[in-house]
This record gives sequence, C-alpha cells and structure tokens, in this order.
Amino acid sequence: MATSDSVETLPLNGSDDVVRARHRVRALATELGFDLVAQTRIVTATSELARNTHLHGGGGELTLSEVRDNRRRGLRLVFADDGPGIPDVQTALSDGWSSRGGLGLGLGGTRRLVDEFTIESVPGEGTRVEIVQWLKQR
Amino acid sequence: MTAVPVVRIRNALVAAMQEDIDDRSALDLADRLATEVAAHGAGLVLLDVSAAQVVDSFISRVIVDIAQVCRLLGAQVTVVGIRPAVAITLVELGLTLEGVRTALTIDDAMDAAEEGLGGDVRLG
Amino acid sequence: MIGEVGSPVAEPQEHSENQQTVRAPIATVLAERGPQVLAAWTHRGGSLASRSGTAELERDGGAVLDALAAALGTADESVDLAPVSRLLNDFSARRTRAGDSPAETAGLVLALREALLGELADIGDAETRYAVAREAGRIVDELALGSFDSFLAGREEVISQQGEQLLELSTPVVRVWDRVVAAPLVGTLDSARAQVVMESLLQAISDDGALVAILDITGVPTVDTLVAQHLLKTVAATRLMGADCIVSGIAPQTAQTMVQLGIDLSDVTTRSSLADALAMAIDRVQAHADRSARR
Repeated sequence: MATSDSVETLPLNGSDDVVRARHRVRALATELGFDLVAQTRIVTATSELARNTHLHGGGGELTLSEVRDNRRRGLRLVFADDGPGIPDVQTALSDGWSSRGGLGLGLGGTRRLVDEFTIESVPGEGTRVEIVQWLKQR
Repeated sequence: MTAVPVVRIRNALVAAMQEDIDDRSALDLADRLATEVAAHGAGLVLLDVSAAQVVDSFISRVIVDIAQVCRLLGAQVTVVGIRPAVAITLVELGLTLEGVRTALTIDDAMDAAEEGLGGDVRLG
Repeated sequence: MIGEVGSPVAEPQEHSENQQTVRAPIATVLAERGPQVLAAWTHRGGSLASRSGTAELERDGGAVLDALAAALGTADESVDLAPVSRLLNDFSARRTRAGDSPAETAGLVLALREALLGELADIGDAETRYAVAREAGRIVDELALGSFDSFLAGREEVISQQGEQLLELSTPVVRVWDRVVAAPLVGTLDSARAQVVMESLLQAISDDGALVAILDITGVPTVDTLVAQHLLKTVAATRLMGADCIVSGIAPQTAQTMVQLGIDLSDVTTRSSLADALAMAIDRVQAHADRSARR
C-alpha cells in the first residue's frame, strides 16, 4: 500500500506556473534519483497535464509527493481543477500511438510516459489526473 | 519571456533554443523566423534544440508550424540535436514531427541541405 | 509497536495496564548493568555467530543497548523500537555483506534474549519475573523480525540490480562502421527489453554521431503486433535524432506473419539480412563522406 511523506502544492493558473511546475518536478525527480530518461518522461508529462489544467480546466493546482510501496520509492503528481471536465474520457485516452500528435488533450500519449495514470473527470465539476513514476532499482 | 537568439550565417538562419523554453518565447520565435526568412531570403533554417531537456506537444506543434511556414516562404527547416531522452518522450506522445527534417549536428544539417540542393548552394 | 508481534490474543486489557511495569525493570537493567548485558550478549553470540560478527558486536552492541534503554524509558503508552531497529539492521546488513550466513546474522540478534534474561533473573517475584521475561522476549522477537525483513530487502535489491545488469548486457549496441551503429537483438523482445534497446541505441547514435542505425531482429523468434510497435517506436526515435534506421533480419515467415497481422512497415527501410543492411549503411555513409571530401 502506497504511503506518502511530505506533500507540496503548486498553483497552475498561468503559463508561468506551468514553467515553475516543470522546474519543481525536475528538481524533485533529480533529488529522488531518477535517471535522465525517467526524469524527462515525468517532466514532459507534467508539462502536458499542467498545461491542460491551466488551459482547459480554468486553472487548478498540482500536488507533489514522494510515495512508498513496500521497497519502492516513487513520485506522485496530482493535477486537479474545478473546470468543465472531460465529457468522454475514454475517447480522450484512446488516441492510439500512430495518430497525429499535438492536438487535443494528449492524454493517451501522456499515459504512456508514466508508470501509473488515473483520471477522474465529471462534466461540470472538474478533473483530477494522478500519475506515479516509480524509481527503477539500479 | 526570453527571446531565442537567431543568428544569420550566409544563407542560413540558426536559432538555438534554451534549456526550458516557455510558450511565449516559442511563439515569438516562430514570428521572428518567418519575418527573417522573408526579409533576407534565407534558404535554410536550423532549429538547434540540443539544449532543450523537454519538448512537449505544444513546442512540437510550434516546430511543425515553423517548418510549414518557412517552406511556404522558400526555406527548408531542420531540427538539430534532439536528445535521446527527448526523442523517446516525443515518440511516446505520438509526435513524430512528420515532414520536418532532423539532424544530429549543425554540420550534418548543412551537409544534408547542400546535398538536397545538389551542392549548388554554399552554406558556409 | 510492542504488543503487535507475537502476543497471544487472550489478554489485551491486562497488557496495556502493565506496559510500564514490565518495561521498567528491563530499562533499569539496561541502564545499570549495560556492560554486563553486552558481555553476556557477546558471549552468547559467540556460539551462534561468526567470530568477526562477535568482534563487531563488542564494538557496536553498546550503541544498540543504549538505544534500547532510551526507547524503553519512554513515558508513552507504546514503545517506538524504530531507532533500535535501524541500528540493528545496519549492523545486520554489514554482517551480510561481510559474508555471514542468514542464520549467523539472526543468531546475533536472538542472542540478546539470553543476555537480557540472564540479567533479569533475580528481579521481583516469580510472577513479575515471568511477565518481564515475556516482554523481553517480545522485544527481541520484534527486533529479530525487523532484522530478517531488512535482510530480505537487501537480497532483493541485489537480485534486482543483477536483473538490470543482465538486461543491459544482453542488449549491446555495437559501432560496426564509421557512423553506423547496430543493435543485434536476441531473444524475446518484451516491453522492458525494448525500452533498454531504444535507450541504448539512441545513446549510441548520440555518442557516435551515427548517420545510420541498424536494428537486427534475426534472433527475435516472434514478431507480433506488440513487438512491431516497439520496433516502430525505436525507428521513429532514431529518425528524430537525424539518423536513418534499417530493420534487418526479417525471416520469410516473419514477413508473412506481419502482413497477416496488418503490421504496416511501409515507412521503414527493411532488409532480410544483417549483411545487406550493413552494405546499405556503408554505401550511404561512404557517399556522404565522398561528397564532403569533394567540397
């Protein structure tokens, strides 16, 4: 069962916030000891999801925490907003690998970047995306 | 916003993107490149991203747009120096930069451009 | 937490009332007769553990006993043995690395029970002695379990590291020509392996300034949709780095299977043999070099 230590929250209300979020996640990922490729994956995922929260969710926040599960350590990021929500989550997730990129929410691709990806979205209430990246034992 | 430096070397424009480029800087770069290409008739635009640690779907979209706009204005665009980690994330995101040339180094980019143009154009 | 490990279900209520009374004598013994406990511990440990283990115990055992005394001296309802566990687990880890067997390492921890009981032999009446002895036993049990846990974790980490190393060793990328790198794949290509191959190949292209990368799948027995997806990803990634990618080693049966599965490699340069791919790669690089020389 995954447990958390300290928790940090960042606002996602503008493009500067998105940049700050990238920096903070990069710093935390480096601290935890992720290798370069893993760091790049999670920072890129952060950029995608933070931008979504800012642009489509009407602003929101990012919660960062270190997690543990038995022996593994990982980084958990939660992107939450009170925006319009996503009417069809399944479609948003199933962009398939070969489709054209750069359009829409990019959720399917973002999911492939990280180890765990959960999304809850209720139209009219908001969206919550949680991602976890586990440290590979090296 | 930090403006991306653009350098003109003979018939080519070289823009070196920084480590962490924000949205506004990317859009500003696209505007300036279009203006520069039209003003000086540049035949080649090199986007050096070797310092970029992250290229997400937004920047990727801007890059594709720059390539399409410059092509209309008569310049060939090559993205130079995509890092291994960035290549991996782009591929996972399904962003393959269709129709955009790529090269490992500026040298390679210029060699390829000269080859493509039958060696008629001297690029420095 | 005391009381959660090894305690019989029957007496939870009596247990909490007497927490302080059964802990206190143990704390006192540790405070007043620490050196004797340590001597007994080392002596007892000598028969269960290795010689080097016993010597290290003489040196480091005092710290463990001090930590235990501090933990038991708390006025709180429950005891936090975590600091003691940490010290003991560090100690066990060192013993494991020094080559002690699991039994020897565990033996050192369990020897503490006898040592404590020895010093508690003359306190109070029979009933008290029994309760205190049982508490001392519980404490040592908990510490021993913690040490066992940490021993297992250490082993798991070694296994995991070796797994990683095996994975990397089995997917080498070779520089086969000036500006040409090749990854000869052997065995099933699962997700983890594909990831390592892609990372290694891309890094090799970067390090070598390669213009051509060859992915040879002669040694890959089955190519299904998933494997094909991994290949396509790798090809796409190498292209992003400005290199051409040739997939070689596709057997006739494999080609037929791929067509039947609807796998579309029309965008990918393929060759049936590694030799052909290499010849093609060399031609490409040679032509490039010739043109550069002519300028």
